[in-house]
Amino acid sequence: MELIDQHTKKIMEGCKRRALDAGLQFQDETLEYIVSNRDLLELSPKVMIPTLYDYWVHDVEVLKEKGRYELYPSNPYETVINTRPAISFYNDNNPDWMNVMIFYHVLAHIDFFQNNLYFRHTWDYDFTGSALSDKRMIAKLRSEKGHWLDYIIEFSRGVDNLVGYHDELSRLNRPARTNQSKKLDFYFDVFLQSNKKVKITEYIKEVKRYNDCIQHSKELGEKVFFSEVLKKHPEFDTIFNKKLKEKTDQKLDLLQYLMTHSEFLAKEKNNWMKPVMEVVRKTSLFFQPQIRTKIMNEGWASYWHETLFLQDDRIEGHEVDFARTHSGVTSMPRVGLNPYALGMRLFYYIEQLVDKGKYSIGFKQISDAKKREQFDAQTGQGKDFIFKLRDNFNDFMFINTFVDQDFVNQYKLFVAGRRLNQTKGVWEYYVQSRSADSYRQMLLDTLYHPPYIEIDQDKSKNSDLYLVHRFEGKPLVKEFIANTMLGIEYLWGAPVRLETSEVIQAAPVQARIPIPGLTMPLDEDPSAKELKWQRVVYTMKDRKLSKENI
Amino acid sequence: MKPKLSDLYNRLKKRGLTSQQDQKMRLELEYTGTHDLPEDTPPGAGSKSGTSGSRDIYAFHDLTYLQGMTAMRSTPTVSIRSIDELLKRDKQREKDGFPRKINVGRLIKPGKSGKDKIVIVPSTVEEKFLHDTSFKTDEDQSNGGSGDGEEGDVIGEQPVREQDGQEGEGPGQGEGGQHEMESNAYDLGRILTEQFELPNLKDKGKKRSLTRYTYDLTDKHRGFGQLLDKKATLRKIVETNIHLGNLPDTGSIDPARFLISPNDLVYRILSREKDYESQALVFFLRDYSGSMAGKSTALVVAQHVMVYSWLLYQYAMQVETRFILHDTEAKEVPDFYTYYNSKVAGGTQVSSAYRLVNEIVEVENLARDYNIYIFHGTDGDDWDTDGKESIPELKKMMTFANRVGITIAEHTTTAGHNTEVEKYLKKSALLEDKPNLLRLDVMQEDANEARLIEGIKHLISE
Repeated sequence: MELIDQHTKKIMEGCKRRALDAGLQFQDETLEYIVSNRDLLELSPKVMIPTLYDYWVHDVEVLKEKGRYELYPSNPYETVINTRPAISFYNDNNPDWMNVMIFYHVLAHIDFFQNNLYFRHTWDYDFTGSALSDKRMIAKLRSEKGHWLDYIIEFSRGVDNLVGYHDELSRLNRPARTNQSKKLDFYFDVFLQSNKKVKITEYIKEVKRYNDCIQHSKELGEKVFFSEVLKKHPEFDTIFNKKLKEKTDQKLDLLQYLMTHSEFLAKEKNNWMKPVMEVVRKTSLFFQPQIRTKIMNEGWASYWHETLFLQDDRIEGHEVDFARTHSGVTSMPRVGLNPYALGMRLFYYIEQLVDKGKYSIGFKQISDAKKREQFDAQTGQGKDFIFKLRDNFNDFMFINTFVDQDFVNQYKLFVAGRRLNQTKGVWEYYVQSRSADSYRQMLLDTLYHPPYIEIDQDKSKNSDLYLVHRFEGKPLVKEFIANTMLGIEYLWGAPVRLETSEVIQAAPVQARIPIPGLTMPLDEDPSAKELKWQRVVYTMKDRKLSKENI
Repeated sequence: MKPKLSDLYNRLKKRGLTSQQDQKMRLELEYTGTHDLPEDTPPGAGSKSGTSGSRDIYAFHDLTYLQGMTAMRSTPTVSIRSIDELLKRDKQREKDGFPRKINVGRLIKPGKSGKDKIVIVPSTVEEKFLHDTSFKTDEDQSNGGSGDGEEGDVIGEQPVREQDGQEGEGPGQGEGGQHEMESNAYDLGRILTEQFELPNLKDKGKKRSLTRYTYDLTDKHRGFGQLLDKKATLRKIVETNIHLGNLPDTGSIDPARFLISPNDLVYRILSREKDYESQALVFFLRDYSGSMAGKSTALVVAQHVMVYSWLLYQYAMQVETRFILHDTEAKEVPDFYTYYNSKVAGGTQVSSAYRLVNEIVEVENLARDYNIYIFHGTDGDDWDTDGKESIPELKKMMTFANRVGITIAEHTTTAGHNTEVEKYLKKSALLEDKPNLLRLDVMQEDANEARLIEGIKHLISE
């Protein structure tokens, strides 16, 4: 790995100037490296972070058939990493014009990393720096603890997709505190609405009473108000105190919970495991936003590399080369999804939508097709608006909000279905639907979404740990449950239970000749398609797994 | 339908078949597909039920997509060392009470030349709690698309079989690409023996000395012999003359003045040379009937490769192999490649393969010189439903074989130890009578690698 030469760096600096002029915002310092294939061999298992800790699984081909991207929520071949300064990697034989294009792409990524709020928790430190010190700590521990260290990494990584990423974000992006006391907030926001379920008229009466109290006396008003409340609901204080306590506990994700509450880890001789777990957790948190903004991030970068490249005065004569490469990257496949193409088109679509003032209630109320088409309020706000999106949105919001029928029609998008043609022995791809709703749903279904698993403290009795998988229409991958729970049991030091849902299927009892590559029964039994769900509890005790229905 | 086959079918039908048997046979007869596996998919890779990943938005990466880079493949020498390390680590895991994690799974890549070319890809998986999307049927999986076409229009077709080879196509290829290493079967045998504790053979020299002598003019002898070695003789003469002081000036040598002792003459004589011969002969039998499509074939072949590797190691490379394929008729094929890749044929008659083995052994008089091993892989179907023909042939085979190992890869749909082969084998009581000679291993067609090795242990243990 070596830095790019001065000539190329000069090109990069030129790109930076033009990108900043166009409105992108990023730190001025960046590092660009030339990587050979051999470098990639070492970098890609470490998700392009040169200083990531060593772990033996990185040296092995990892089976990826099942939930490939769910397992590895980061890009093993990303060109730019979200560090301070941002580091990017290049092929050593890129021609200059291509470097100009890639530099713009990279700068837009850096702009996204450094402005999108989903990356908020990565803004205040340099990940490569902290990873290096972690790597050294792990190397030192490995020399002392040997292979036990690798078990801790393994078990921690087993649950690192359950990190409380959104909790972390909400801690950082908390809205400014209101002046009101917590007690007051709780009374009006939770107690009255959820616990007592009072009618609106009563609720308003209470608000009025409070306002009266405050008006009467600024200092004592609240006290007076609550003394009245206690008369009416004597249980209020206890419920409120209980809630206060619960809240602090519930903020912990599984790894944190293990680190704070596990008796096994609390032992003097096992204390060294905690920092290792923290490293795994921190690393996972760092990569979380990347996979949740894939379409936006690539769309944003493609949008800007196109815009800026075409404006660049240094590349005259290479327009055709650019067009060829660019269209290859950003063309919509006949069947399949391409985040570059989709994201870029959405940004363009939204920009002109807002430019014409179509992203407004006024426009939405128009039902006349012709009027809709001709609508143009000429707001000129499009650019500002997509910058706002780049600050505040993630893939889910981006797609959920803006993939509408006009967008689907404009780019001739459709949901492609696949069905078996038995006589020909082929899979047929066909246009399943052109409705925006199904296209949106199909997109949302492909988005990364780890299971939501929380700790149920009421059911965690006698030092057992009780985990509940919130059911979202999908079961967990069965083969993985045993080893994952084995790891949790080890770290917890006592039996672990997991409540989840499974499909009960009546297997079709029919002799058939299997066709290779075909996993579906030939004779469709319509009743077999209906899924029945069963809530089950897995128990991992003394490294043995058992299951029971509940 | 081939006339010969339908003949056989009609004969069997006359003898009386249950409707279920009849249906099964008809299916096999009418089956027109092939089950040669796609070249690039190593068997044992498991099912790729979740095909939605093949064109996932997360499969796109800047380096590979924008800059067109591909990751380099690791070199064989590096990998073989790491395989050892990994397996050592795996063994340690077991000692520490955790399940093993390394698969040496995805093995075979028979090339047309050299039959002991094998690919070992150490692989593992990091287990996590994940959503499983594969519980839906393949048809439910929809994808994005763009372009013209009315709803319902078919826009493309794709052969069903190619599904397996899909992974790693298109952009993002580098990531899906395997870091393969080529090693030879001997190494695999060593790994299997050492790391998976496959047994060592106790008695390898059952048969009489397996060395043969050839005679060649390689030894040297002074004084007399069959052929004068002129160069060596001249050297000797010069040496003698130096000793005698008969060579005053090395600058100008006059050969005519040399004194020659009779002892200076060096001859070459015929001598006995040991020529090591293979000690073991392995017959691999594979059912390639219609019903063997897909996974059962992959499973059987994967197991046979491992067995072969193990024997290769045990007999220090001195192993010969014969490959036999059978449907209702058996034929011998020249190499592993053909054995592995041969396309599906018609029905099933196990006895045909056994008969061919017996014939080969008899005609070539192999029983005298070799330790003979026979491994047979099938899905358990046999038109000879009660083994009337198979059992006698099997008995005959057992008179000369060191071990006969039969693997049945059951189809999941018919699972439950219910196959014809298994039934008549059990009925014959041969398994109990001669446990040293005959072993049977029954597994599900979706068995994993650990199960395969377990099966091998069973087939070959003493």
